[in-house]
Amino acid sequence: MTPTLAIAGRELRAYFTTPVATVFIVIFLVLQGALTFNLGGFFDRGQADLNAFFTFIPWVFLLLIPAITMRLWAEERRLGTIELLLTLPVTQAQAVIGKFLAAWLFCAIALALTFPFVIAVNILGRPDNGVIASGYLGCLLVAGAFLSIGAAMSALTRNQVIAFVLAVAVCFVFAVASNQVVNDFLSQNAPSVAAFTRRLAIIDRFTNFTRGIIALRDLIYFASFMVFFLFLNTVLVDQRKAD
Amino acid sequence: MTDSAQTAAAQAAEPLLIDIDHLTKRFGDFTAVDDLTFQVRRREVLGFLGPNGAGKSTTMRMLAGFMTPTAGTARIAGHDVQTDGVAARRLLGFLPEGAPTYPEMSVIGFLRFCAKVRGFSGSELADRVAHALDLTTLRGVQLQPVETLSKGFKRRVGLAQALLHDPPVLVLDEPTDGLDPNQKHEVRGLIERMAPDKAIVISTHILEEVEAVCTRAIVIAAGRVVADETPQALVQRHPTGRLEAVFRQLTMPEAA
Repeated sequence: MTPTLAIAGRELRAYFTTPVATVFIVIFLVLQGALTFNLGGFFDRGQADLNAFFTFIPWVFLLLIPAITMRLWAEERRLGTIELLLTLPVTQAQAVIGKFLAAWLFCAIALALTFPFVIAVNILGRPDNGVIASGYLGCLLVAGAFLSIGAAMSALTRNQVIAFVLAVAVCFVFAVASNQVVNDFLSQNAPSVAAFTRRLAIIDRFTNFTRGIIALRDLIYFASFMVFFLFLNTVLVDQRKAD
Repeated sequence: MTDSAQTAAAQAAEPLLIDIDHLTKRFGDFTAVDDLTFQVRRREVLGFLGPNGAGKSTTMRMLAGFMTPTAGTARIAGHDVQTDGVAARRLLGFLPEGAPTYPEMSVIGFLRFCAKVRGFSGSELADRVAHALDLTTLRGVQLQPVETLSKGFKRRVGLAQALLHDPPVLVLDEPTDGLDPNQKHEVRGLIERMAPDKAIVISTHILEEVEAVCTRAIVIAAGRVVADETPQALVQRHPTGRLEAVFRQLTMPEAA
């Protein structure tokens, strides 16, 4: 446990000693704000809830989270520090989990900084704060799922641009798997696949959370999603660390 | 018994700390390390010599558990680096080639991180870091980010990290590369002082260094051991008595 936390602590501090944290948080808040107020019609809806906010967040994450994860392993390999890190008395799983936890905590900090939205709806009306809390939990789980994808993609290559593009692509596949267009197409052409992809889709599960439904099967879905990609990450690090 | 036989007998009684057994590494058709076998006991300072691409770094990486051997095993104090890697690496101080460090971290921050990963905390952590800073004379720059330091200082940060936990086994890949003559002298002094209770392997291109600090030299070429003896015995292989000539003779037989 100690090495995992030491690695997580170092990573988290690295976000804040480089401009990564500032740039990410500022862009995230500006983008999320603009989308919620303009496209989402936050005020025009005349409802004291955060639906306009939650609708856009997976898509903002889709773009920004790969930007966090692209450096995770690719940079270690480029600098050669991966040789230092993995010759310390840590297992590869500890290093993978430590890096993931730091990135996840960083996303949680960025998400927490959207608190003015919560204050705003509470001043303007009487929202169901339980639904808002469950929506935020959903956001955190989507962030974790995308992070686990991005981290695995970063372990695949020493080129950060490739890591970014691969991560966006894979996240996109899981994000649109429940989309109406994709579903219609699959049900017509490959009905057996359609049911399967819908189960794997992220957005449907996330929508349950934004409606205030915290179902055990959705929690298990997100947990196994992250475990799978972290496992893949560990395997990839082991295979490619010395390349 | 002669003096040298006595020292040899005393040396053989020391604990076996590095055990490399038929270690082989292939990259596709290219064999980087070819069936390498040797042991290092405590009190030995082994100079690992060979031309670029001879397999020195690959061997050290396998010993540190970073690369997976194609065949054979490496053990550190009895722990197999593949199957019991964490225990093996606890006993190892490793300076990777080029002494990589996290550029944005301060010297002290980096060393504190390494100490934390190694399980130190509180006052013991502070003591370990302070001691490593003193050994490598990094006190003056301890708050500077590593990226602002010169090559020699960076190398010493890597060295400090390897010495932090006072390991019984030290594996240093080109520890004096990029250091000025004074710093080289200091590092050699440091290695000599630590030698009595450790097994140390250093790879180097600087042949005078081998004569200065090593008790034993292994020359490898194309992944195979071509000589394994004391530096004194090694120089006698060539009529000039110069290590450089011996090195050329061993690693480029057609040229000599």
